[in-house]
Amino acid sequence: MPELTWQGYLRKDGRKGIRNLILIVYTVECASFVAHGIGQSEDDVHVIGFPGCYDNAYAIRMMIALITHPNVGACLAVGLGCEYTQPAKLAEAATASGRPADWFYIQQEGGTRLGVSRGKSALQSLREQMAKDSMRVPMSWADLTVGAECGGSDGTSGLSGNPVVGRFFDHLVDKGGTAVFEEVVEMIGLQDVLHSRAANEAVAKELDETYRKAEAYCKAVRQYSVSPGNFAGGLTTIEEKSMGAFAKSGSRAIQGVLRVSQQAPAPGLWLLDSVPDDHFMQFGYTNPNDTEGIMDLISVGAQIVLFVTGRGSVIGSPVAPLIKVTGNSTTFERMREDMDFNAGKVLSGEMTLDQSALNLLALVGEVASGVPSKPEALGHREYFLMYKHQETPSLAAGCHA
Amino acid sequence: MTGQSDGVEKRCFRVSAADNVATMLEDVATGPVRVCGEASSDLIWLREPIALGHKVALTAIPKGELIVKYGVPIGVSTTSIQAGDWVHLHNCHSRVDERSSGFDPRSGAAKDTAYA
Repeated sequence: MPELTWQGYLRKDGRKGIRNLILIVYTVECASFVAHGIGQSEDDVHVIGFPGCYDNAYAIRMMIALITHPNVGACLAVGLGCEYTQPAKLAEAATASGRPADWFYIQQEGGTRLGVSRGKSALQSLREQMAKDSMRVPMSWADLTVGAECGGSDGTSGLSGNPVVGRFFDHLVDKGGTAVFEEVVEMIGLQDVLHSRAANEAVAKELDETYRKAEAYCKAVRQYSVSPGNFAGGLTTIEEKSMGAFAKSGSRAIQGVLRVSQQAPAPGLWLLDSVPDDHFMQFGYTNPNDTEGIMDLISVGAQIVLFVTGRGSVIGSPVAPLIKVTGNSTTFERMREDMDFNAGKVLSGEMTLDQSALNLLALVGEVASGVPSKPEALGHREYFLMYKHQETPSLAAGCHA
Repeated sequence: MTGQSDGVEKRCFRVSAADNVATMLEDVATGPVRVCGEASSDLIWLREPIALGHKVALTAIPKGELIVKYGVPIGVSTTSIQAGDWVHLHNCHSRVDERSSGFDPRSGAAKDTAYA
């Protein structure tokens, strides 16, 4: 069988995207209405930003990681004019990566209507520059980073949804691609299992440290990553949920631990650690909702994210298409318009895990080739970014290019 | 998958041979259920209705024993459990999560947070 290839978008920094988006970035909540107004009724324009007025290193790193994401071709930064985060600096980071960019302050433009109109004309010229710069190139699995997360889990997630994604990850890694899974707080109880999957001794040590930090964090905040919906779906404890969640990592060796906004330095399977580091304010919540986890995966460069949900979910994501997988056939039937893939056929015996994983591989290939996923077609662009502290190497340190 | 000579068609799934619980693959009121996966020839007789995704005890589990799924302990029994019982928040507690018993077993709603 010849390897699948498709036409992607080559950026000047060498990264290859499967979409060609303009990203509007607001630098404080006060600028978000105008930012969304600019993006309204515009094709291939997504909106992200940071609601806080005081700046935060973690949030700024995240915004720059999204601005320079392979699926993004240009950036417009919009500020109010009194916040700490500087839109000019964000535009500068985009320009430095070879992406056309513009920025302005709403206070200087004269308000809501004038701000939106300034933004709309900026979009027009960014589109023209993008069209001029556009370079289409063939892409294959080796150019792809795929993230996986689960949410709204039930008793089927650990038996079908996550194992099918895990088997897909094995295929992706074997084809030279990059697979990233996260939710260390959903590995509570599994220290030995995690340790045994390390590619080498150094990685094993890194995994142990990551695990210990997550466990201490959960103890400190008295909150484990298990929700009322999980209980209603048959999951009884965090330990049970952990084993089911971990199945989405597949069976290949873990190459190392990434922090939020850090690119994988080599292909293979990687664990993303989104748990806050120690800080005197102890701020930043891990997994406050599913959307944060999805944005974390996109921040490390995932061009596509798989979301496994037994109970069903109606979220999507900006920047990278979300593919929604359920291991529960009842959920798939009930929420057909929102669910992309039914792994529940494994449970009913209609299909083996292997067949289901190959079907998922084919679907991911289609979405990579340009076919919109269900949440993408419905226009879902849920987004979340809050204050957090993580000690992270500079963005340049982990670059592929 | 079905068609065994005894005619039992309702199914649950045991992940590892070490497990003392299995996960329901469909909603079942009461009666016999086939255990698929490891030790797949067994039948278990449900003593109460158990929903898809929820767990059934495959053996008698005295109070204070480990509940095992995927071959790893997922909690500890808080009452004496009989084979065929529904195993969930009302009779199983996490070994790490102190809030574990503070939720309604059916809705999953937290009972330990004040709203007044």
